[in-house]
Amino acid sequence: MNELTAPAAPPAGQEPAPGAGETPSGPEAPPPITPEKTLQPAQWGMICFLASEAAFFCTLITAYLTFLGSAAADADPKPADALKLSLLVIASTLCLLSSSFTVHKAEGALRAGRQGGFCLWWGLTILLGVIFLTGTGVEWRELIVEKHLTISRNLFGTSYYTLVGFHALHVTGGVIAMSVVLGMGLRNEVTAKNHLGAEMVAWYWHFVDGVWVVVFTVVYLVGS
Amino acid sequence: MAVAEQTTSEPKPDAAAEHGPEPGSLLDWLTTVDHKKLGLLYIFLSLFFLVVGGIEALLMRWQLMWPDYDFVTRDRFNALFTMHGTTMVFFVGMPILIGLGNYFVPLMIGARDMAFPRLNAFGLWATLFGGFLVYFSFATGGAPALGWFAYAPLTEKTFSRGPATDLWALGLIVSGAGTIAGGVNFIATILGMRAPGMTLFKVPFFVWTMLWTSFLILVAIPPLTAGLIMILLDRNLGAHFFDAQNGGSAIMWQHMFWFFGHPEVYILILPVFGMVSEIIPVFSRKVLFGYEFMAAATMGIAFVSLGVWAHHMFTVGMTRTQDLFFVASTLIISIPTGIKFFNWLATMYGGRLRFESPMLFCFGFLSMFLIGGLTGIMLAAAPFTFQLSDTYFVVAHFHWVLIGGTLFGTFAGIYYWYPKMTGRMLDERLAKWQFWLLYIGFMLTFGPMHISGMLGMARRIYTYEADRGWMFWNQLTTVGALIQAPSFAIFIWNVIVSWRKGKPAGDNPWDAWTLEWATASPPPSYNFEEVPVVHSRRPLWDLKHPDDPDWKYEHE
Repeated sequence: MNELTAPAAPPAGQEPAPGAGETPSGPEAPPPITPEKTLQPAQWGMICFLASEAAFFCTLITAYLTFLGSAAADADPKPADALKLSLLVIASTLCLLSSSFTVHKAEGALRAGRQGGFCLWWGLTILLGVIFLTGTGVEWRELIVEKHLTISRNLFGTSYYTLVGFHALHVTGGVIAMSVVLGMGLRNEVTAKNHLGAEMVAWYWHFVDGVWVVVFTVVYLVGS
Repeated sequence: MAVAEQTTSEPKPDAAAEHGPEPGSLLDWLTTVDHKKLGLLYIFLSLFFLVVGGIEALLMRWQLMWPDYDFVTRDRFNALFTMHGTTMVFFVGMPILIGLGNYFVPLMIGARDMAFPRLNAFGLWATLFGGFLVYFSFATGGAPALGWFAYAPLTEKTFSRGPATDLWALGLIVSGAGTIAGGVNFIATILGMRAPGMTLFKVPFFVWTMLWTSFLILVAIPPLTAGLIMILLDRNLGAHFFDAQNGGSAIMWQHMFWFFGHPEVYILILPVFGMVSEIIPVFSRKVLFGYEFMAAATMGIAFVSLGVWAHHMFTVGMTRTQDLFFVASTLIISIPTGIKFFNWLATMYGGRLRFESPMLFCFGFLSMFLIGGLTGIMLAAAPFTFQLSDTYFVVAHFHWVLIGGTLFGTFAGIYYWYPKMTGRMLDERLAKWQFWLLYIGFMLTFGPMHISGMLGMARRIYTYEADRGWMFWNQLTTVGALIQAPSFAIFIWNVIVSWRKGKPAGDNPWDAWTLEWATASPPPSYNFEEVPVVHSRRPLWDLKHPDDPDWKYEHE
């Protein structure tokens, strides 16, 4: 295939006949190698993991939207009866969204070498995550006890609890991972020189946040 | 591992082994995070399940030998074909390819190990225990009887009462997590750990295909996991995803399953394309023809394969538009596949062909995969599928690509790389016996299935009446299966005997050009004494021919 660009040279692929292909000037040196700029393996790994998570949530969202269309024939309560854009939902959503900001500030403090600032912003992020989970808990209690919506009640319950539940599970996982990092930060095991792990957890947290933006849009804005 | 006598380059004493468990001990194998040992464990795991799945196939074939036969009961037969399909796809096909990838991707890109060695170990054990979970159902009073694609509402509590279906779903979730871990690891390794100078345009072709296989793993397995979780929620918490009586959608499961299921067949074939693309050039003494086109075709297949899934669902009653879309996308995928095929032929054209066992199996692959591909084009036409869906014609087609394609190609890869993994050559005479028994037995097994399928024999029936005219074709099939069986026994015998008694291989027995052949056979645990520097796609050619190196001709 390379004969086209170098017609005088022997075919690149063929084994040269004995004695052929020896240039009198001796072997040339290969061109110098420029180091490639690439992400670190951990960063590639995190991107891949998050891509698989995205595929997972896409499936749950597809299921939710599929059943949203057929909810009319379903047992009560319907999405419009059960879900309201209440203060609770808006407040906990704001908490989760602002936690992306606080985790970003924490990373900045860590890279700048301000260990105390890191722990403070990082701890605040965990707190916001816990508030969000509490909000979900309060909302679920209301749905289950007062509106009698359970996972087996109807298709809306089935797909709602699965989608929102798996998101909450991911938030819980993030809170646990961030608590571990906070503990390590307090013992100076996560520092400006050793911040890759914290950065990866922060990426995960941003992702979970982004998923909530989509889930919130689908469930509370489009769906009800 | 029985370390074969050292060949040309003597590895240094193993630094890691000084404080780990004794090398080669059982504890060492159980706790290893070395990509080569994990790769071998993956291969052993899949060979074990290959025997199990093969026995299941033989039992089914014996049952179908005569009409109205009662060798196995109806329920047992349902369990057999479910477990056979599940086993072969999840616990044979994927692990053996991931295992070979595990062993050779780091070596081929000049890396010390995979990016995440412990995650790698997790992937192996998750796959193994996922398999055990699925098989544990036998101990609970009956294996799942769903078919490997487990169409709803068969998976609902009403239709399968025992715990078998739960164990099946759980096992696939667990092994799926292991597979995703493998995919993450491959991409991070390939994108982040290549040797200096090895740009993405210079990676060995097998590495390139593992990259795109991993991409498909990341996109295709999570939807299956989500679907399996929905099955578990339906069965255990009373959810209604696939429960049609309560408004759930059985067709949604089909979409979810095949959104996984079709990319899955490319997960099972892309690495094989990679292996074949390594072997054919070495045994033709030429470079791979049209590397760039081959690379682009691999990407093309990876992307298009995400949009063809509903060609498995033509008979479910989709709209005309949907039918046409999936006919068209399925036919389009034959274009990049055809590019690959012609490039393999062009690589061989004018080359100095050597017919040792790896090349022999490549020829098996080329000839058989071609036929499987052609019946695939036939089945891509919706009207044809209306007639033949769920008959033995379909069974013949996908076995022709999975055995004729994946299995022949994988055997080629194992014959090619066994000397590197063990330091010993596999026996060529046994290889020829294995090849011809498999080749003939395979055609005799699956060839007649096309005919019994066209005569109307549905897949998954446990018996048939004598006056249907299917007996002769079924008997040919069963005889074919009985001819194939010893070929696997010969292979396993060859692997075991050659491990200790094979001809010493040396570092580079095939005079190949990629980096894995630059180190000892078997490679020391640290792989390379010095980080190799790469200037072209064939670093060992450059080393051997400093007067005429490849980097003069390769342009990016």
